[in-house]
Amino acid sequence: MTRKRRRLWIVVACALGLGSASALALSAVSDNLVFFIAPGDLAAKAPPPGRDFRLGGMVAQGSLHQSTQDGRPLSLFTVTDGRASVVVRYRGILPDLFREGQSIVALGTLTKSGQFRASEVLAKHDATYMPKDVEQALRKSGRWNPAAGPAPAAASWDTMNVSKAGG
Amino acid sequence: MDGSHILTNAPRPGRPGRSLHRFANPGRFLRLAARVQPWLNALALILTATGLIWGLFFAPADWQQGDAVRIMYIHVPAAWLASAGYAGLAACALVSLIWRHPLADLAAMEISPVGAGFTALCLATGSLWGKPMWGAWWVWDARLTSVLVLFFLYLGHIVLVRAFDDPVRGQRAGAILVLVGAIDLPIIKFSVVWWNTLHQPDTITLLGAPSLYITMLWPLLIAALGYSATFAAIVLARTRAAVMERRIRALLAARAEALS
Repeated sequence: MTRKRRRLWIVVACALGLGSASALALSAVSDNLVFFIAPGDLAAKAPPPGRDFRLGGMVAQGSLHQSTQDGRPLSLFTVTDGRASVVVRYRGILPDLFREGQSIVALGTLTKSGQFRASEVLAKHDATYMPKDVEQALRKSGRWNPAAGPAPAAASWDTMNVSKAGG
Repeated sequence: MDGSHILTNAPRPGRPGRSLHRFANPGRFLRLAARVQPWLNALALILTATGLIWGLFFAPADWQQGDAVRIMYIHVPAAWLASAGYAGLAACALVSLIWRHPLADLAAMEISPVGAGFTALCLATGSLWGKPMWGAWWVWDARLTSVLVLFFLYLGHIVLVRAFDDPVRGQRAGAILVLVGAIDLPIIKFSVVWWNTLHQPDTITLLGAPSLYITMLWPLLIAALGYSATFAAIVLARTRAAVMERRIRALLAARAEALS
């Protein structure tokens, strides 16, 4: 009994020690664990021009301009996080989920002019899933324009009846 | 020969007077498990088949992902069970270290290969989902990396418990590894909250409405129940086999001793 009790306390003490050590270590390196930097944080922690980093944010509504240069698609768009925005220039094929209002992560460098030259663009979809008729119903009723940003609060649509509105 | 001491005898033949918890008595465990097993198997089959067939063939496609969203019904329950299985493994390790239940040692040994399988399924389907949607098979963001670490923890446990001549030492080392690795579970869970990741945050949360449509939620939940029952059924069958194997070994060893 006493040996079991002692072992229990040893395990509890080890767990506490290990847990707090890990928490401290993680919070110390937290800045390096981020996958991307948001435009609003660029001023504070922008890497020097010419160094690769990942920029993440939402593609601003109406900012996407696509053209073709030397047979390859060229895209210009603005990435914003609501606090600041950066113009991104990317040559190549965009992922299927890329659209205005979508969050994306772009790998590239900041040029001296403040434009972000991307070598890779990944789409970062949010955690909402809905059938097409629900999206259409929300769009028709004016409650959501996907190009403007994320979907409205889930409770307002996740059990919505669309048999009539869907059409 | 009554079974209660035979289970523990591999390294140190039966320690008399040892008080085992009621359900840790291997004889009782075997009798109870034999009765539970067929029901658990049936539940696993029915729920998993219902959830997956519903999700893969009848649930609506997503408005922007199209049919690719159906990978969710395979991927998300696998991810949940990868973490839940590890929590079960950690519970076994705790019981094994503190109370020295031999059954917990056996269960831990049988959980880790199953957990590794579910984690591998989660990683593989996640990769297949990531390429068409994100545009990348793999990225080193906090969520994906911490799940990969979980996979390695499972593999490490599988190898470690079998790496000693004395199985008890292997199980003790494995239990310590599992408990140290348990720190990975909150990191997996909160990685998408604490840090910027490419992986999206949780769709289904404890508080708050799930942000997926109801006709997609039902098959997902049923598939998750089915995966849970499958995990439990496989672990139970493996643990029963392990207990019986130990008994047979002990009987053979006892007979060899009597003959010599």
